[in-house]
Amino acid sequence: MPVTPTRRSVLTAAVAAGAGLLTGCSPAGAGSSSPKQGGTLRAVFPGAGVKETMDPHAQRQFVDIARHKAVFDKLVDLDAALRPVPRLARSWSSDDEARVWRFELREARFHDGHVLDADDVLYSLSRILDPKAGDHLAKNSLSHIDLANCRAVGKHGVEIALTRPNAELPSQLAMTGTPVVRDGWDDPRHPVGTGPFRCVAFTAGRSFTGRRFDDHWNGAPHLDEVQILSAEAEARAAAVRSGEVHYAHEMTPTFARTVEHDSRVRVVATRRSGVQGFALKTDRPPFDDPDAAMAVKLLVDRERLVEVVCSGRAELGNDLYGKGYTYYPDGLEQRERDVAEARRLLRRTGLYNKKVSFYTSTAADGFAQAAHLFTEQAGEAGLKVEITNGPPESYFTDALSTGTVTNHRCGAMTIPTYISERLLSGAPQNATAWRHADFDDAFTAARAVVNDETRTRRYRSVQTTLRERGGLVLWGHPEWLNAVSRTVQGVREAPPNTVDWARFDTVWLD
Amino acid sequence: MLRYTLRRCGWTVVQLGALSVIVFLLTDLLPGDAATVDFNEQAGLDQVARLREQMGLDRPLAERFADWAHGLLTGDLGTSLVGGGPVSEVLSSSVGVTAALAAMTILFLVPLAVAVGLLTGLRADSRTDRVISAVTLTLTSVPDFVLALLLVGLFALRLGWLPSTWVGADDVWWQRPELFVLPLTVLLARTVCVLSRQIRAGTITALHAGYTVQARRLGVPPARLLLWHVLPNAAAPGVQELARTGDQLLGGVLVIEAVFAVPGTATALVEAVQNRDVPTVQALTLALAAVACLLNLAADLVGQRLAPRTEVLR
Repeated sequence: MPVTPTRRSVLTAAVAAGAGLLTGCSPAGAGSSSPKQGGTLRAVFPGAGVKETMDPHAQRQFVDIARHKAVFDKLVDLDAALRPVPRLARSWSSDDEARVWRFELREARFHDGHVLDADDVLYSLSRILDPKAGDHLAKNSLSHIDLANCRAVGKHGVEIALTRPNAELPSQLAMTGTPVVRDGWDDPRHPVGTGPFRCVAFTAGRSFTGRRFDDHWNGAPHLDEVQILSAEAEARAAAVRSGEVHYAHEMTPTFARTVEHDSRVRVVATRRSGVQGFALKTDRPPFDDPDAAMAVKLLVDRERLVEVVCSGRAELGNDLYGKGYTYYPDGLEQRERDVAEARRLLRRTGLYNKKVSFYTSTAADGFAQAAHLFTEQAGEAGLKVEITNGPPESYFTDALSTGTVTNHRCGAMTIPTYISERLLSGAPQNATAWRHADFDDAFTAARAVVNDETRTRRYRSVQTTLRERGGLVLWGHPEWLNAVSRTVQGVREAPPNTVDWARFDTVWLD
Repeated sequence: MLRYTLRRCGWTVVQLGALSVIVFLLTDLLPGDAATVDFNEQAGLDQVARLREQMGLDRPLAERFADWAHGLLTGDLGTSLVGGGPVSEVLSSSVGVTAALAAMTILFLVPLAVAVGLLTGLRADSRTDRVISAVTLTLTSVPDFVLALLLVGLFALRLGWLPSTWVGADDVWWQRPELFVLPLTVLLARTVCVLSRQIRAGTITALHAGYTVQARRLGVPPARLLLWHVLPNAAAPGVQELARTGDQLLGGVLVIEAVFAVPGTATALVEAVQNRDVPTVQALTLALAAVACLLNLAADLVGQRLAPRTEVLR
């Protein structure tokens, strides 16, 4: 480890690369031999019409992120356990307080021939944080970067100064909306990045074509060309089954069952790709009383929810986010259904035979179904539930202010990110309205700890507090289902938004 | 005839004006706006509020409508709220496929429906008529998307003869006629059936009408009788039905485009509604409505010409 007297290395390239090799790799089915060169791979994702963009800092949809991954690189990315792994940054280290970070850049070339330097990184950060850009998603989580005090150190070093200590900076630089662009670049119609494919055509709502970039720092891709297309669920299913596309993103358990015996298509299922659950609003009665929330945690039948809502394709949840991810507390007992105890708690909190409102919608597969099962299960313990339906398009924003119980889901992200985006007093997506200054302080203090072990221990206590007193009833960790045709090799199981997800430079066609 | 034409044209303009107001109000009534939908699941209420301001959605309804209407009158369809590009671009890039699909449907529809209608009408209650009528009645009752999925399952997935979707074919669709086979079949299935039923009924009525009986008695040859006396009178309800089929087609195209992932106007419209992109929704609905109005206008004028007696009744 390159440890200097004043700076402590938090994570090195070697450790992370080793970890990357150990996780996520699974052989791509029988017959996968050595990679073959050439060919055009067509991948299809859920589309979003004209909203789709090639501005990597305004990315929101999976289809955008996949396209940007082809054209751009980030400084850091995440492995399957959501640990930071080096990309454009070869290594990084921080001072003792985790207030000043230094990233060493790799020799990488942009598609126009320019060699990556510190100015590109500094410009990218300032572009992400541009106060005028309302749609830059990473702006919130990176707002503690002190731009005025960031600087280049030589040609290949960047020093990033923070306004408060943060040991999680590397993984925050791996989040959505953080790719590195060329110094001065501001034209999404002509995206120029360091990624494995150069953009040759893009039509929002329809298609993107990228051609192999031979000078990519990680070696040229096997494919000549990749096309990333947009289509709705039915069309994705038909297209991948008939061989018109090679890769279809976000498929349903029903689809997986349909193609079980199909010789042309196989399903790549990634375990533990996020979470499904219920969010109880803890800032108002009845769930401002932790006992009432505990009653709900005890009355849900997790096995049944997983069986019915996820067709069994999920692991049981233990009211904690991020099973299998780094910082997930080990050794906690699985919370089981206990209707008698739930009923006792309902009686004690005066909730027995009372009614709570559940705000649901069809925003995600299985939401309405989960709500109805919940109503049944709550009824068995003596809690009445009244369901109201909301519009799917704006459900998640509406649910922040509506309903006592709402559906909750979240894709893959690091546990600290999940907490800071969803559980701090000022968090943008605080679905449980969990606002406790002491909780905020405990979390921010933990995040500032440079020592890995101590930080992990402090995060553990933050998470157990939440599990005991918070409003999250997390019953399942669903699988993420993608479909690929049998001719595609090298596709790895990876939760969305991690380094090997939607990655087409390491894939080849047989 | 001229006065009638002018009156109908005037009404069409009024209809379009009223429609634009209604669509604007309805889109405004939809829960959520472009800002909430855009940041759904990812950002908080502050960020949504900032975006709303940036999109100009915090201004009063009347002001936004006046802005849009003024733009429309000066030939500017406005700017997409979510994509940032001009709405006219969305329209021009998607209208080609839809128009091609609709035009081809009409092209096949008219001769097919007339042929089937005449055949069954002339041989009413024969075995041929009963078989064909059974088929057409069955097809009429099958929803478009069910038929589409059945056809895809058979011809694309099982037999592999035809492409199942348009995914990835958007730039070269006019070079690949095989793409049109399944969508056209589905669009034709119902429309041909409905229209041919009308023509069948019209033919039977005309065949038994007094003037036909008289013409036959006077020795008019059967072919001439059919083409000069029966068909024009049988066609009058058919033309009205054709216009209604045009309207239906606009709805059918919506379903077909979704099932086959056709990058047309209907797909663009659905996406715009989902994104709450009001200027785009406005422009696209107005364009579709204009087509529907013009179709009906044309049908009325043709119907008027075919059966001038309706003017007397008015």
